[in-house]
This record gives sequence, C-alpha cells and structure tokens, in this order.
Amino acid sequence: MPAQPRRGDVIEIRAMIAHPMETGYRAGSDGQLLAHDLIRWFNCSLDSGNGKELVFSAQLFPAIAANPYLAFHLRANKEGTLHFSWEGDHSFRHTETAPLRVV
Amino acid sequence: MLPFTAAAHNQGPGRTLVSLERRHLVVVAMTGWLACARQVAAAPLPDDLAAAIAAFADGMPVREGRVSLDIAELVDNGNTVPVSVAVDSPMTEADHVTAISLFNERNPQREVAHFVLGPSAGLARVSTRMRLATTQRVVALARMRDGSCWSRTVEVIVTLAACVESEL
Repeated sequence: MPAQPRRGDVIEIRAMIAHPMETGYRAGSDGQLLAHDLIRWFNCSLDSGNGKELVFSAQLFPAIAANPYLAFHLRANKEGTLHFSWEGDHSFRHTETAPLRVV
Repeated sequence: MLPFTAAAHNQGPGRTLVSLERRHLVVVAMTGWLACARQVAAAPLPDDLAAAIAAFADGMPVREGRVSLDIAELVDNGNTVPVSVAVDSPMTEADHVTAISLFNERNPQREVAHFVLGPSAGLARVSTRMRLATTQRVVALARMRDGSCWSRTVEVIVTLAACVESEL
C-alpha cells in the first residue's frame, strides 16, 4: 500500500500470505489424496479510533492459488490502523497491522 | 506413401483435383471449428454453476454488463492465473457494489471466491490469483446496493492444468 496517500485518494491495498492452499483434490507421492489445508477467510478492517470498520473481506475456496494474493481498494478518508486477518483449516490464524497515514 | 504426396507428383488435371480436395478439406475443417466455437459460446451453463449463480443472485435477475473480468484467454499454467474483476459503479453511499463473486465451470468446486466490499472502497476492483483445472468458462458476478446483479463470462483455454499433478 502507498506510504502516505492524500486525504480522499483511492489507494490499492495488496495482501499476500505464504500458504499452500492444499485443495484436498491432489494426490501425494503415496497415491493417497492430500488432506485439504485452506485459508477460508480474509478480513481487512480500519480502526480509526472509534471501533473497527470493515474495509474488505473475502471467502476463499480451493480454486484460489497457493500463497493467496488479494488486491482491493480503499478511499483514504481517515487515518488509523489497518487490521488484516487470515483464518483457515487446523485453527490457522494470522494477523497483521499496518498504519494508515493521510496528508 | 500418403495419397496426397503420390497425387502431387502427377501432372495436369490430377494435381488440380488434389489442390481442390485439400482446399475443400481446409474449408470443411474451419467450418467445423467455427461451428464448435459458436456452440461453446452459446452453450448453457451447467446446472451446478447455474445454481451457484442463482444462489448469489438471491431471486434477482442476473444481467450481462457493468462487470469486467480481466483474465488471460490462453493460460500456460493453471496453477496460478491472475484474475481481476472491476465493476462500473460510482461507489457512493447510495450506489455501490456490496459483493463480488467468482465462479468457474469445471474445477472440482464451482466457487472461487466471494468478496464483500462497501462504499469506503472508492473503487470496485478486486484482483487475485486462481487455479484452473482445465479449459473452461469463468464467471464474475457483482451485487449492487439495490440488489441488482450483473455478470461477465469469459472462456479461458488452459494448456497446463492445476490440481492434476501429484506432489513433487
């Protein structure tokens, strides 16, 4: 994401996470199907001081490529902290934050 | 020896006959291919895909338009295919895109991803990378604030498929 957008600019936010996104439809070296291991949910929200506000969320299926990449947009009206979270199989959960500063 | 090659050595009318036959064959082949291509484009969506689209539309009619789906027409590697969906919308509080979904025709599951967005997005454009198990159609759908649904369908030819190869 851009370091310091001007107030009102539409910025592109790109998020990528290292994850195999194992589909459950693929055979392993022993010929048996590999168990699925997927990220199912992605969420991005902006905390500008008075609660979190949803920016973008995604439900992902096996047809999403490994190392899920998502790009979406936000009109930078408010400063705050962007919270990113990924949730998936086997209690997988990862969160990141990024400050959003506007000039 | 092939009959074509044998005949091509002949002089006079025999040779003309062969050329005509060849041309004829080409024309027949092309007509067949064109007919095929047209059939694919006009072919109705399979039941499960139509059902997935209907579930997204939630009773509203799905119209072609307002959605653009940017994906390569010819894909070398189906394991990771960049795809981008953009929707023609002012993205104001009164008129914005609330959801975008991607569906496929011939992967093991019809759904690819569901995206939720709101007026704060400013621009209704989402990009990701998807898997394609084989040559098939990809459908992008958008739901507007007023509940109306718009779609765009693109046919993608895949030379190396995802999902079929084993673990390395």
